[in-house]
Amino acid sequence: MAFKVLVCAKQVPDTNEIKINPETGTLIRDGVPSILNPDDANALEEALKLKDKYEDVTVHVVTMGPPQAETMIFECLAMGADEGIIVSDRAVGGSDTWATSNAISAAIKKFGDYDMIFAGRQAIDGDTAQVGPQIAEKLNLPQVTYVEEFDISEDRKEVTVKRQLEDGYELIKVATPCMLTCIKELNQPRYMNMKGIFNKNKDIKIWNAADIEVDLATVGLKASPTNVYKSFTPKPKGKGMMLAGDTEKELAQDLLIRLKKKHVI
Amino acid sequence: MNFELTKEQSFVRQMVRNFAETEVEPLAAEIDAEHRFPVETVEKMAKYGLLGIPFPTELEGAGGDHISYAITVEELSRVCASTGVICSAHTSLCCWPIFAWGNKEQKEKYLPDLLSGRKLGAFGLTEPGAGTDAAGQQTKADDMGDYWLLNGSKVFITNGGYADTFVVMAMTDKSKGTRGISAFIVEKGDEGFSIGKTEDKLGICASSTTELIFVDCKIPKDRLLGKVGDGFKVAMSTLDGGRIGIASQALGIAQGAFDVTVEYMQARKQFGKKLSQMQALQFGMADLKTKIEAARLLIYRAADMKDKHMDYSEAAAMAKLFAAETAMEVTTKCVQYHGGYGYTKDYPVERMMRDAKITEIYEGTSEVQRMVIAGKTFKK
Repeated sequence: MAFKVLVCAKQVPDTNEIKINPETGTLIRDGVPSILNPDDANALEEALKLKDKYEDVTVHVVTMGPPQAETMIFECLAMGADEGIIVSDRAVGGSDTWATSNAISAAIKKFGDYDMIFAGRQAIDGDTAQVGPQIAEKLNLPQVTYVEEFDISEDRKEVTVKRQLEDGYELIKVATPCMLTCIKELNQPRYMNMKGIFNKNKDIKIWNAADIEVDLATVGLKASPTNVYKSFTPKPKGKGMMLAGDTEKELAQDLLIRLKKKHVI
Repeated sequence: MNFELTKEQSFVRQMVRNFAETEVEPLAAEIDAEHRFPVETVEKMAKYGLLGIPFPTELEGAGGDHISYAITVEELSRVCASTGVICSAHTSLCCWPIFAWGNKEQKEKYLPDLLSGRKLGAFGLTEPGAGTDAAGQQTKADDMGDYWLLNGSKVFITNGGYADTFVVMAMTDKSKGTRGISAFIVEKGDEGFSIGKTEDKLGICASSTTELIFVDCKIPKDRLLGKVGDGFKVAMSTLDGGRIGIASQALGIAQGAFDVTVEYMQARKQFGKKLSQMQALQFGMADLKTKIEAARLLIYRAADMKDKHMDYSEAAAMAKLFAAETAMEVTTKCVQYHGGYGYTKDYPVERMMRDAKITEIYEGTSEVQRMVIAGKTFKK
C-alpha cells in the first residue's frame, strides 16, 4: 500500500544575502543566490523521515515558479525526494497568495491520490504564511499550522502534532490526509546525498496551466486581489546595550546611571 | 574547453561546504589538539556518500566523477585537513586499486562495503627503509601453495589504526626488483597482522598514521590484487590518482587559510586602518589568491583527464607539486599576516600551516613530482 506524501516548496532569494537599495527601497536581487525556502526544507525533512520509516512512502515535491526552480527541485531530489513537479507558466506569473494557492491546489488535485501534505510555515521572501492554509481550504483538508512536533499512528490514519503558539503549545490529533505547515523547530533538514546528486534518473515534471486544468481567471497577476499600496524600508534601529552587573541590584544601578546620564530621570 | 562546473559538481561543492562547516569545522581544533581520529565524522561521511564518489552505483559508489571527488577533498580540507585525508586515502589509495586492478569477485566482495563507507580503507607501500625508493621493499610474500605468507612491516600508513581493508605491497621475487613486487588485499583481523606504533606528527594530527606489522601472516590465495609481479604498477598507478586527492587537500588547506585571513584583515586595525587597506598586504593576498586559483585549475584538469581515461600521470604530478608548495606558501604568509595571533592556537592558521607541510611529503615528495615531470620531459 503506497503512502504518498506531498511537500509544497518554494525557491526564494537568500534573504541573508539580500540588500535593499536605500534610494528606491527595492530589493537588490543581483547576485543573490536562490535557495530552498528554509521552512520548506523542514517540511521536506519530515516527509523524508516518514520515507525512512516506511518502505512504501514516496515523497513528491510540488512548487510553482519559473523554470529555474528546477535547481531547487534538484536539491530536494538529491536530499531523497522521489519526484518533483514544477508548475510553470506565464499565465500563473505574478500570482499573489490567493492565486498561487489556486494553481497549487489544482496541481495537487491533478496529482490525485495523496495521503499527507507538508508545507513550510512561510517563505522568507513574502513572509505571508498564507499559501499553505489556503491550499488546505481549497482542497477541503484539515490543517495544522506551526507544527513543531509530529507523530503518526501505526495505521497512519491519524497524526498527533504539537502546534507552537506564542505562549505555549497545542497538542492536536488530526486525521490523514491533512495539511501541516512546519517550522524550524520540527527537525534538522538532512544534507543532499552524493548518490542523490549523481542520480541520472531524476523525476522532474513541468506542468503548465493547461496540465493542471486550472481556471485561468483565478491565477496570475490579474486574478490576484492583493495590490501593493506602498512599500518602505524601516530605518535601522540603534544598537542595543547590555546592562553590566552580576546581581539584580547592580543591574538596576547600572540602568539608573545610564538614564541619569541621558537626563531621562 | 569549459571552465564551468557542471550542475552536479556545483551541488557537490554546496553540499560538502555545508557539511564541512556544520559537521567538521567545529571539531577541527579539538581533534587536532587531542590527536583524535574523528570516527563520528567518518560515519557521517559514509551516510552522505562521501566515501565512494567516483565509482559506479552498482558497487554502491555515488556514480560521480573525479572533479567532484577533488572538490569534496578540497572542501573538507578547507576546514580540516585531517578529515580531508581520511577521505582521500580511503578513496584513492584503497578503493581505487581494488576497482582498477581487482577481479570481479574481489570487487564484489570488497567495494560495496568500502564505497558505502561501512568499511574504511588504507594502503601500505612505504617501509622504514623503502620510501621514495619503493623497489627496496623488505616485506615479502612467500607462496605456500594454498596461501601467501607475509612477513615484514609498513610505516606511515594513513587510516592505519581505523581501516578494515588494506592494499599492501610485498616482494614475491626479490631478484626481479620492482617487477618482483605484488599487491595483496589484507583484512583487519587476519592472523599474523597487527597495527604497530601510531606516529606523533607535526600536523594532520587527527589522521591515524600507523605501522603495519606482518608476522607469518597467512593471506588466502584469492587476495592477490592483479597478477604476481604487478605490485609496482598497482602502486604507481594508485599514487597517480592519489596525487589528485592530496593536491586537493593542499588546495583546501590553502583556500581555508586564505579565507580566514581575508576575514581577519578586514577586522584587524593597526595605524588607524584595517590591514585590508594596506597595499603591501593587499598585493600579498592578491598573489596568494592567484596561486590558489592556478592550483585549482591544474587539479581539475588532472581529474578531468583521469575521468577521460587519458594519461594524467604528469598532470597529477604538476597539480600536486604546485598545490602543495602553494599550500605551504599560503599558510606561512597567512600566519604572518595574522601576526602574533596567527602563532597562537586561538586562530586556525597555525594548524593549517602545520597541516600543509605533509602535502609536500606524502604520496610522493615534491622532489618525486619533479622526477615524474622531468622523466616525461626527457624520455627517449
